[in-house]
Amino acid sequence: MDCNPGLIGPALITGLILGSLYALIALGYTMVYGVLKLINFAHDAVFAFGAVSTWYILGQVFGLVGPQSGLTLVIVLLAFLMIGGLASGGVAVGLERVAYRPLRKRHAARLSYLISAIGASFFATYMLQQDFLPFMLGPGPRQYPNVIEAGAAGFSFSLMNVRVTGPRLLVVVAAFVCFFILDRLINKTSTGRSIRALSEDPVAAQLMGVNVDRVIVTTFFVGGFFGGVAGALYGTLFGSIAWNLGFIPGIKAFTAAVLGGIGNIRGAMLGGLLLGLIENGSTICIGPEWKNVIAFTMLPLVLIFRPTGIMGERIGG
Amino acid sequence: MAEPLLELRDVHVRYGVIEAVRGISLTVAEGEVVTLIGGNGAGKTTTLRAISMVHGPSQGQIFFRGEEITSLRSDQVVARGIIQVPEGRHIFPNMSVAENLSMGAFQRRKAPRKEISEEIDRVFTLFPILKERSKQAGGTLSGGEQQMLAIGRALMAKPKLLMLDEPSMGLAPQVVETVFEVIHTINSEGIPVLLIEQNAQMALNSARRGYVIETGEIVLEDEAKTLLGNERVRKAYLGEE
Repeated sequence: MDCNPGLIGPALITGLILGSLYALIALGYTMVYGVLKLINFAHDAVFAFGAVSTWYILGQVFGLVGPQSGLTLVIVLLAFLMIGGLASGGVAVGLERVAYRPLRKRHAARLSYLISAIGASFFATYMLQQDFLPFMLGPGPRQYPNVIEAGAAGFSFSLMNVRVTGPRLLVVVAAFVCFFILDRLINKTSTGRSIRALSEDPVAAQLMGVNVDRVIVTTFFVGGFFGGVAGALYGTLFGSIAWNLGFIPGIKAFTAAVLGGIGNIRGAMLGGLLLGLIENGSTICIGPEWKNVIAFTMLPLVLIFRPTGIMGERIGG
Repeated sequence: MAEPLLELRDVHVRYGVIEAVRGISLTVAEGEVVTLIGGNGAGKTTTLRAISMVHGPSQGQIFFRGEEITSLRSDQVVARGIIQVPEGRHIFPNMSVAENLSMGAFQRRKAPRKEISEEIDRVFTLFPILKERSKQAGGTLSGGEQQMLAIGRALMAKPKLLMLDEPSMGLAPQVVETVFEVIHTINSEGIPVLLIEQNAQMALNSARRGYVIETGEIVLEDEAKTLLGNERVRKAYLGEE
């Protein structure tokens, strides 16, 4: 093992960028766990729809290709994030309806949810691999609309010997704006209060007059929305997407949620950023091919030594 | 007799194959304190949960102000003004005392802020200790304080019927007295109370009428004073030989 101090800068910055993405996706896992105490293993597919929907609607239908600038760029970017968020939020709500609610109404065992979730995830993912509907990706990778110039001609600045391009900056800024909005939503609004109530004590929440079904749908939508934003950011960052794009970011985000304390929203944000920093930090000393090994080693380590994660399992701030 | 405020007609409740409540009928009239006493596992909590539609009846009907509520959701029951203080208090542990209280007014969240804060002040007058603790997390309160918070939280919903499930359980005698005093105060303001208790002495002393429930069925019903003198009640629930 020989460490290369020159890699510290790139590792930190890449870690922050990817960590922001993991954190955004982790919010969905953690919120659903918070209210239902179930791990929505189909959230990777929910995330993927954020990338697929924007690729299809903005790229294929509206034919957006090539970098935009000025006000147009701002509007286009907002459209990307909103469409990705709404599409994934919708998919998450649909998923709750077909894969979870029927089980909930029958008081099914916890394991049934898990199996149903994994089934739904595989179903959605392999549907994206087909090509009989226009929004499906087919077997190969697809080019994602490159609305921000990421090449030499575009906006960029240098930080710790790393070139920070527009898409990279966008990921971090958008993620932190999302964190702020969600934190306010959970801790300052009555919707947030009902989500926290259901998470802390479902019986008491019912006795306070909280409409449980509505709160669960809201939770799936909000968690899905931020997963969809992450999907659109993923496409913008990497420039191409494939049908199985949700798989690795999905399980990393799940790991991040466990690391931060599953069910805890601030924990998910922290866990995502930390996981990004840890896996990229490892490249300073060991080869990048070990990145995923390092990331997934976190899962058993946390479960053995600190099962409730860094911040514990409470949902609010 | 005028139409009762709450009426249960032959209510059965099942948990899977087990029938925990087997055909209970009872009424609560305007302004009354009615108590339902019985031992552990007799079906008292199950009855209250059925009324609140947390776990609804498998058979039978429940009426509130003449309207059948048997097929409503729990939040719709709360909207009718049927408010329950559950067994074990069920305080939101990570929410502050103030937040717990405002959760009580969850369905009135569109009401003017001033109205809600007046309501909170009223609860603080009933339970001054809650004011001192208002920023503290609910989970850090003592059992007695949590019970006061649970009752205060229920009052925030402006109940038309208040149902209390074992409010004295696990509390020191002095605290029990405070809790019962408050129940009197609440009732004297015109709020009818359905009180579930294992402490039959306290319950029958504060109620006008009482029901005795055993293994999911009502075995006795009468004026509270009469029940206090009933030999079976004295033996089974008042600890007399």
